[in-house]
Amino acid sequence: MITQRNLVVVGNGMVGHRFAERLVAAGLHQGWNVTMVGEERRAAYDRVHLSSVFGGTPPEALSLLATPAWYQDHGIALVLGDAVAAIDRGRRVATTASGRELPYDALVLATGSYPFVPPVPGKDGPGCLVYRTLDDLDAIRTAAAGARTGVVIGGGLLGLECANALRQLGLATQVVEFAPRLMAVQVDDAGGAILRQKIAALGVGVHLNKNTTAIVRRADGSIEKLTFADKSELPCDLVVFSAGIRPRDQLARACGLAVGERGGVVVDERCVTADPAILAIGEVACWQGRTYGLVAPGYHMAQVAADTLAGAAEPASITGFDLSTKLKLMGVDVGSFGDAFAATPGAQVVAYSDTAGEVYRKLVLSPDRKRLLGGVLVGDTSSYGALHQAMLNAVTMPASPEALILPATGGKPAGLGVDSLPDGAGICSCHNVSKGAIAKAIADGKLTEVGQIKSCTKAGTGCGSCVPLLKDILKGELKKAGVELSNHLCEHFRHSRQELYHLVRVHGLRTFDALLERHGRGRGCEVCRPAVASILASCWNEHVLEPAHLPLQDSNDRFLANIQRDGTYSVVPRVPGGEITPDQLIVLGQVAKKFGLYCKITGGQRVDLFGARVEQLPLVWDELIAAGFESGHAYGKALRTVKSCVGSSWCRFGVQDSVGLAIRLENRYKGLRSPHKLKSAVSGCARECAEAQGKDFGIIATDKGYNLHVCGNGGMRPQHAVLLAADLTEEQVVRYTDRFLMFYIRTADRLERTATWFNRLEGGIDYLRQVVVEDSLGIAAELEAEMAHIVATYQDEWRTVCEDPARRARFRSFVNSTDPDPSVVMVPERGQVRPASAAERSTLQPVEA
Amino acid sequence: MTTTSSWTPVCRLADIVPDSGVCALLDGRQIAVFRVRDAAGEHLFALDNRDPFTGAMVLSRGLVGDKSGTLFVASPLLKQRFDLRTGACLDDAAVRVATYGVRLQGERIEIAA
Repeated sequence: MITQRNLVVVGNGMVGHRFAERLVAAGLHQGWNVTMVGEERRAAYDRVHLSSVFGGTPPEALSLLATPAWYQDHGIALVLGDAVAAIDRGRRVATTASGRELPYDALVLATGSYPFVPPVPGKDGPGCLVYRTLDDLDAIRTAAAGARTGVVIGGGLLGLECANALRQLGLATQVVEFAPRLMAVQVDDAGGAILRQKIAALGVGVHLNKNTTAIVRRADGSIEKLTFADKSELPCDLVVFSAGIRPRDQLARACGLAVGERGGVVVDERCVTADPAILAIGEVACWQGRTYGLVAPGYHMAQVAADTLAGAAEPASITGFDLSTKLKLMGVDVGSFGDAFAATPGAQVVAYSDTAGEVYRKLVLSPDRKRLLGGVLVGDTSSYGALHQAMLNAVTMPASPEALILPATGGKPAGLGVDSLPDGAGICSCHNVSKGAIAKAIADGKLTEVGQIKSCTKAGTGCGSCVPLLKDILKGELKKAGVELSNHLCEHFRHSRQELYHLVRVHGLRTFDALLERHGRGRGCEVCRPAVASILASCWNEHVLEPAHLPLQDSNDRFLANIQRDGTYSVVPRVPGGEITPDQLIVLGQVAKKFGLYCKITGGQRVDLFGARVEQLPLVWDELIAAGFESGHAYGKALRTVKSCVGSSWCRFGVQDSVGLAIRLENRYKGLRSPHKLKSAVSGCARECAEAQGKDFGIIATDKGYNLHVCGNGGMRPQHAVLLAADLTEEQVVRYTDRFLMFYIRTADRLERTATWFNRLEGGIDYLRQVVVEDSLGIAAELEAEMAHIVATYQDEWRTVCEDPARRARFRSFVNSTDPDPSVVMVPERGQVRPASAAERSTLQPVEA
Repeated sequence: MTTTSSWTPVCRLADIVPDSGVCALLDGRQIAVFRVRDAAGEHLFALDNRDPFTGAMVLSRGLVGDKSGTLFVASPLLKQRFDLRTGACLDDAAVRVATYGVRLQGERIEIAA
């Protein structure tokens, strides 16, 4: 008989959730009845990126995929909004605040920590807050509504994050720090000075060496000012404490478990506490006298605890933690690794500081200068990955290590080659992927892009800090394999698509021949001809069948229809937003019947009519045009559809007119040629019935306007779209979409979907947001003007063909005969037709078309 | 080599857009005719219209270009390339399509098939 044992996990934070994932990965959720108790209303979310909620990220986007459904799917009972209040170690029962009794065979403490509030007079009362949970954020948001100035007490990592949050709420923000510098744990004085300079430039006041003595309140209880030990004062309306965290070890103390001198439940290297039935992980655990307030050690402990419970043959254990950090605070890059303060006896230091360029780099070296022990980087962390790895892998330093941090002529330091790292070097610490594993994936999968490495190995998909290293490894491996990496389009152009686009625009080149003559050679090919055709169309928007352009078009564009396996074509009329009248539906049916076409509903809310021969295409379109249809560009690397749900006009949940916006967008961008096809959707509420997050650009209605998501993809490599901007007006949606699309068209490779392009984009969504929303490159007006030209010069390609006898004449099966192509043979299937197979052709008679 | 008596006019030169192809029907046979320019001038080519990889009659609708100077047409279906002069497939040495004689008589294109 199999006995089910009970496992109780106290706490559903990031580490608690990671522990649940590791349980599931080890199959332990099947041998144990697992109950997880979380005090917050929400399932575990990404606390590290809390401040991004004020930057427009919806709270749901912080989800760690820890949906209650995930727990349910794996048979884990998730109790939210309740907390374990007591542990009876004798009876092995945990009791929650609401009175639930949870018997356990094993119990895991993952209670995390709480913000420390120093005992300053006046700290209790309205306007004094902490910063740790989404509920705290709500409270800060509410309090900020009536405030103008906010002060953060604490200038550490979390304090600066919090200051960023206040800034984004529109408060005049000040940071008060007791120590003589910001981020005192990670950064030295010189680095702290640069950090302070950069943060002050953002308009955040920084006050160092300040010992807060009181929060002075007015008669009505509201905050008036802070006073400090040096007799100075700082008026403010709101105070957030971020003066460190303390482990939440009260449960352990109450049931008599050993705790550390400075708090935290004492654990051994297997995460087991003084009671063998109880484990502790994350910020509440105390190993060798200290607790760890970073998520990476917590994640490691989650793995260790899962291995301990599983009785794993080769269990992970705690051997020490790497507390290196790389982060971006208010747009300022900060990195700190290893022995950042040169505490090692005899350690040597080389440093480079540029107060004008706001860059600081320091390396701490072993006494013989052969090994890297640690370092600090402020303002530019591009070398963080390589240096950090060099430290972890004890890579021998070059004779002049200062070359690693001094700016080379190109402005960036020479850096350490990734070649110097051994195969065992852990490149992606989020997903524990080694250099060897990445090299193997590149060789086995013949990978040529960083995006492929990401999807094969998961490396680079966590914090993303190792992406520059991935690029270097890829370059090195391809070089070793003798693969020449060239971004040249083909043998006819020694230029990338992006460069050709630029040349076409800048020199006003209007034809392939003009471009070829000036910048290419030979006669072109099936690669560069369609690519240049697309660039010309994106820039000048002339009809794709102009005689100069016709020989560039791939068969689909050449015949403005989609070629099928038997050489016939399918026809997809545009149905903007998926809205169609009964009369139009009838016409589609009539046309299909008249020409014997097979009908299929597409995924883009349109109707596809299959089996038209070349000479039938203009005849089909004569009838479609008469019924008000236009080309749907299903054949082009162009805007396809803007799908929509029915929205607020009909749906009881809808908050905006999604159909109306979808039609507006589809009509605006129809005919736009781009490096690859473009799909879009508009959902009328957060239920997302139009699946906008799987599109190149997708819009989701909110009660305040629209959220614009970009760079999603379905198909072969599904990818969720990322939020570009929230709560926009319709006009903003149009403006940002104009810019976004034109920026993509300018910079993407040929046949590169927005999702792949995005994965390649250095700086990710922050960079894209800067360019599109904040216009950091100063090109927004240009991009909008380019799009305005496309919109103004739109023509229905099929109407132009049908109305022009010369163009029409190009649509025939034979140049010397009006006969239909006798090689096209259809057979019946399920009440319609399909192309005959080779075997059927020889035995069957064709059906009447 | 074919004799002059079998030359059949199929269309005018102006019926083919430079650097593209059309299909002519000759006694039930489908022949792809291409008009292609290179550094040496303008050339006419005639190939069987059947794409041997799919069996579809589509080669006349393919894109033309050159690979290191060899003029080719790429099938519009799966993009295999065929040497316009010899019919040899550039992507599969075992495959070749038939070629035919083609000439310009005044403005008329004639095919020997």
